[in-house]
Amino acid sequence: MKPLRYILIEILQVFIVIAVAPAFSGWVDMLKCWSQGRTSAGVLQPYRDIAKLFVKNVVLAHNASWIFRFTPYLVFGTCVVVGSVIPIISMNLFLASSADIIVLIAVFATARFFTALAGMDIGTAFGGMGSSREMMIASLTEPAILMAIFTVSLAGRSTSLLHIVHAFASGALGLRPSIVFASTAFILVVIAEAGRIPVDNPSTHLELTMIHEAMILEYSGRHLALIQWGSMIRFFLFVTLGIACFLPWGIAATDNAGEVAISVFLMVIKLGVIGVVLVLIETGLAKMRLFRLTEFLGAAFLMATLGVISSIILE
Amino acid sequence: MKLQLMAQVNSFMAALVLIAAFAMLAQRKIKSLVALFAWQGLFLSINTAVVGLVAAKHHLYISSLLTLSLKVILLPYILHVLVARLKIRNEIETIVNIPTTMLIGIAIVIFSYHLTAPVREMSTLITRSTLAVALASVMIGLLMMITRKHAVTQIIGFLAMENGLFFAATSATYGMPLVVELGVALDVLIAAFIFGIFFFQISTTFDSLNVEQMKNLREDN
Repeated sequence: MKPLRYILIEILQVFIVIAVAPAFSGWVDMLKCWSQGRTSAGVLQPYRDIAKLFVKNVVLAHNASWIFRFTPYLVFGTCVVVGSVIPIISMNLFLASSADIIVLIAVFATARFFTALAGMDIGTAFGGMGSSREMMIASLTEPAILMAIFTVSLAGRSTSLLHIVHAFASGALGLRPSIVFASTAFILVVIAEAGRIPVDNPSTHLELTMIHEAMILEYSGRHLALIQWGSMIRFFLFVTLGIACFLPWGIAATDNAGEVAISVFLMVIKLGVIGVVLVLIETGLAKMRLFRLTEFLGAAFLMATLGVISSIILE
Repeated sequence: MKLQLMAQVNSFMAALVLIAAFAMLAQRKIKSLVALFAWQGLFLSINTAVVGLVAAKHHLYISSLLTLSLKVILLPYILHVLVARLKIRNEIETIVNIPTTMLIGIAIVIFSYHLTAPVREMSTLITRSTLAVALASVMIGLLMMITRKHAVTQIIGFLAMENGLFFAATSATYGMPLVVELGVALDVLIAAFIFGIFFFQISTTFDSLNVEQMKNLREDN
């Protein structure tokens, strides 16, 4: 009976990832509205947006190639794949041992690669501009996130997320300075990867500053719905990856139903708190000029490298 | 077990001191720089108290309090007043651009790790592994003095160097004798006052605190 249970938990987790991600985005948006003194549209607004987009027709450019039509499904699919591997509600995941963190980052990179191609596919000026900016940011965030992950892997003695979560949740690692560096770097990278404020502004179509929005400008209807849903899941997954690496306490170690329920409950609280922190960071900062980003992400890389170094020096 | 925890707290504080040092290296705004300097002093003071607790050296409590009052409250306050009185603009000019400076900073950390390796082998103190961080923060302070053109930033770099030295003393030998520490504290305080006077002189003579301007003092030949 055991494998069946594993599969059930796996299905539950994938369902949670797909279903809860828009609510998390909605929560962050709602907090942001409140912090700016606006009335918010509520936590459920992303669901309504997605539902509306699914009903609408797709408008395709005449010269759109298969890459353009294929990318939304790929983006959504990769997000679901990653969502099935990160231990979010339980460590007993059926697929968790199938990929380590480096593979996860590579899967995300594949989605980003195809989004950038799709941005250039139609041949509009904004798409190309967005793609080139996105790749510039990617070239800076990926080394930083990999270094942050290497720090965690050094502490957990494995690149497999399961081992890391086990090592951290058992409390055997204690207070480690390298983790402080790595988590700082990770927060900076998540802000960049999720396209939040100092790097990109997710809520505008202000022509010259947009990055992610510029790439997906030509999408409409269900394609746009999938891409937006995908990027919400992606944001959610980066946050849960951070939780798995840096705050794993409470993730269920066994497959007993009560423990999984507690784990889900704790996860909701953690996500809620992280949403507040992200919004505080976002409202406290102004969007940076594009060329200042090298400094911002350079700082993330520096922090991550210091993490690796200090795990050698201090531990 | 208690010793283990203390060692962990100590290396944790070492990490925070290092973060503060790097943050100062990256910071462009003078007001934030002063705030970061105060934070570094706070971590230093906590670390000193923790080391005092582990080593049962009571004079470390006094030097921890001294650090707290001097480097967290008084010196940042003096610097803050100076910055306000001199109406200093926000942006700081740097000689080397900031990402490069930070890469040099990483190289410094690795270098000081290698430099202190023999000490780490010989020492038996639980705080020995933080010596590399202490040396690195001294050198990062020096790097800050080298790469910045602004007089106030250079002074903050100098004070950060002093922080690093203090940290080295606590982690290498459980702190200097109290008399020495009192002397150093007084010196730093007086230095801060003298710097203040100099700043006013420099800014009235050159209308700027950019030390590049001092090249004008050279005689033409």
